[in-house]
Amino acid sequence: MNPSLNLWVIPILPLAGAAINGFLGRKASRPGVTTVALLSSGAAFAWALWVAARFSSLSLPYQEFFAHWIRSGNFSADFAFYLDQLSLVMLLVVTGVGFLIHIYSVGYMWDDSSYYRFFSYLNLFMFFMLTLVLANNYLLMFIGWEGVGLASYLLIGFWFTKDSAASAGKKAFIVNRIGDFGFLIALFLLIKHFGSLNFEQVFGAVVPLQPETAGAGLLTTIGILLMIGACGKSAQIPLYIWLPDAMEGPTPVSALIHAATMVTAGVYMVARSHVIFDRAPTALTVVAIIGTLTAFFAATIGIVQTDIKKVLAYSTISQLGYMFMACGVGAFSAGIFHLMTHAFFKGLLFLGAGSVIHAVGGEQDMKKMGGLKSFIPWTFLTMGIATLAIAGVPPLAGFWSKDEILWKAYQVSAVYWVIGVVTAFITSFYMFRLLYMTFFGDYRGAQVDGHDSHGHNAHGHGDPHESPMVMLAPLMILAVLSLVGGLVGWGNHFEHFLAPVFGTTEPATGAASGLTEYLLMGVSVLVAFAGWGLAYLLYYEHPELPQKIANSLGGFYQAVVHKYYIDELYAAVFVKPLIDGSTRILWQDVDRRIIDAAVNDAGDGARHISDEVRHMQSGNIRSYAGWIAAGSAAVIAFMIWMWMEAR
Amino acid sequence: MGPSYVPLSYYLLLSGFLFACGVAGFLIKRNIITIFMSIELMLNGVNLSFVAFAAHWHALAGQVFVFFVMVVAAAEAAVGLAIIISVYRTRETLNVDQVNLLKL
Repeated sequence: MNPSLNLWVIPILPLAGAAINGFLGRKASRPGVTTVALLSSGAAFAWALWVAARFSSLSLPYQEFFAHWIRSGNFSADFAFYLDQLSLVMLLVVTGVGFLIHIYSVGYMWDDSSYYRFFSYLNLFMFFMLTLVLANNYLLMFIGWEGVGLASYLLIGFWFTKDSAASAGKKAFIVNRIGDFGFLIALFLLIKHFGSLNFEQVFGAVVPLQPETAGAGLLTTIGILLMIGACGKSAQIPLYIWLPDAMEGPTPVSALIHAATMVTAGVYMVARSHVIFDRAPTALTVVAIIGTLTAFFAATIGIVQTDIKKVLAYSTISQLGYMFMACGVGAFSAGIFHLMTHAFFKGLLFLGAGSVIHAVGGEQDMKKMGGLKSFIPWTFLTMGIATLAIAGVPPLAGFWSKDEILWKAYQVSAVYWVIGVVTAFITSFYMFRLLYMTFFGDYRGAQVDGHDSHGHNAHGHGDPHESPMVMLAPLMILAVLSLVGGLVGWGNHFEHFLAPVFGTTEPATGAASGLTEYLLMGVSVLVAFAGWGLAYLLYYEHPELPQKIANSLGGFYQAVVHKYYIDELYAAVFVKPLIDGSTRILWQDVDRRIIDAAVNDAGDGARHISDEVRHMQSGNIRSYAGWIAAGSAAVIAFMIWMWMEAR
Repeated sequence: MGPSYVPLSYYLLLSGFLFACGVAGFLIKRNIITIFMSIELMLNGVNLSFVAFAAHWHALAGQVFVFFVMVVAAAEAAVGLAIIISVYRTRETLNVDQVNLLKL
């Protein structure tokens, strides 16, 4: 019997913060709003830590019933929470990184006129994300799933007076709906065949089923539909297109929602549903292929972007691809491990990018940066650590998790491994490219003149300047986590910790496979340094070279710069036919010619008939009497006729 | 049941004729008083059929009805003539076609 942990407090705290700031924040002072926002998210984090401290004494999975929700026949879905090793990891990542980013945002958003609104949304996001990871059934998870989508929409379009921001918000929301469609169908199938959405009941019913090795059956269908949902939320091919545009949001939002937590919800969902995927090899293959392709293609786009946040956005998509690759080869714990380390270093990279943008007065184009290392040394130091981490330089966080994924992928198919290693090389290259373009060389930007879209106009003129301590502290904490966060994976500790969830057996580490593992490890370290070296060569030693290479590549380079024209392709294949179809067929034909015409003709017809008939109602008594007489005569004539017939 | 009785159908024909005269007068005439008299004619045509049937069937109900009709007709005459007088005072005409203030 477990003691009550009152898990419900963890999501409720940010919700209360969101409500207080949302309803009362407009009139409140900035320190007041800050207090509410930080207290609610900080308390949630503290509570999560307390739960983690008591975790070893619990019998797992720990379930907590909060309130009835839907009871219909045999079907039920409740507000109930589910805590096991997997949700604990997510819980700590979400509350921990979330809290740090809340702190950072205090500095970043201080001069924004909608300060209270920002924190209200941010807390709302925390609430939904925590609901998502703590839910004990798919339906409650779906509530969180949709809720984080809403929060994401609100925050991408936070500066909604900017047209591009408003459009980006809509794009994110609509593309996510496509994925959610798949997710919903999967839920319907689960209800239809298992009569439940409760994790324990569904998985209990799935476990005895045979793996669908031959052909696609029910589980394969459900798995692929779930993956479609994950593709939307976690920005995978073919639904990744919203994430780069989502960079229109404030940078802390990019860090929290579009790098560290929300976009990993798809990975979490797939990992949570591993019982289904384990028995649907085809679905797993789909996951692995999508993940691998996404990792590779997004990385290649990342090479040529010049907007610092866009580089990070494509990097995020690419890293999420790694996570799905891990899930696809059945290494769910490796995927979750990478999810965690990625939350540290990618959160840090985005916050660092925010600090850079802050320093140069809102400029995001790396061509106008350069040489910032001496102006903002702390940002440089922390971002440097994050870059080393994501590039996979040992012993930083990214090395451990990425290497784990590549090793597991190699065991399934060398193809995944090769693409993964190439992607690792590209990752290392574009990240060091970012670092060199931003921090080394000469400063290419204008003097900071205080006019920027982020409202930092209080800073006045002058050179790029370091961010305040409230922004640097989260950077440093995340830098430490990026440095040492990977060590939890030492000796497969992390995998062992998650083993009860994923039902994995002890990894067989024979001598031969051990040798291979070290060899592969060596290769991934090698490509990390190779990417670094190439970036050093091209963007530090010979900064004129990249342009020449770009020119010599011609059309291919243009294609990559334009992100392989995927947005244009979607616009031509999906958006334009939709708009044209809606305009020409639905609006002009169906609506105007059929529906409107029917309504108008009915009205016109009634009017015309009435116009004729109204002459009966002349107001002249004698004409009425005439009608009565005529009517009576007709009735009498009819009766006589009947009488004649009857004879 | 003597031979001096006039057959029922004669009464009914006369009654129908009177009623038809009333209807025709009502529809054709424009003078309010003439119309009024046409209404009386219709009422009395009906009255005639009532008493004829009453006599034929030896049922008194028909005769009682006639009394009611007469009472209503008398009341109607009193009210109707009063209305006609007041119409004439205000409109200075008895032509119904010109009494059309309520018309659209």
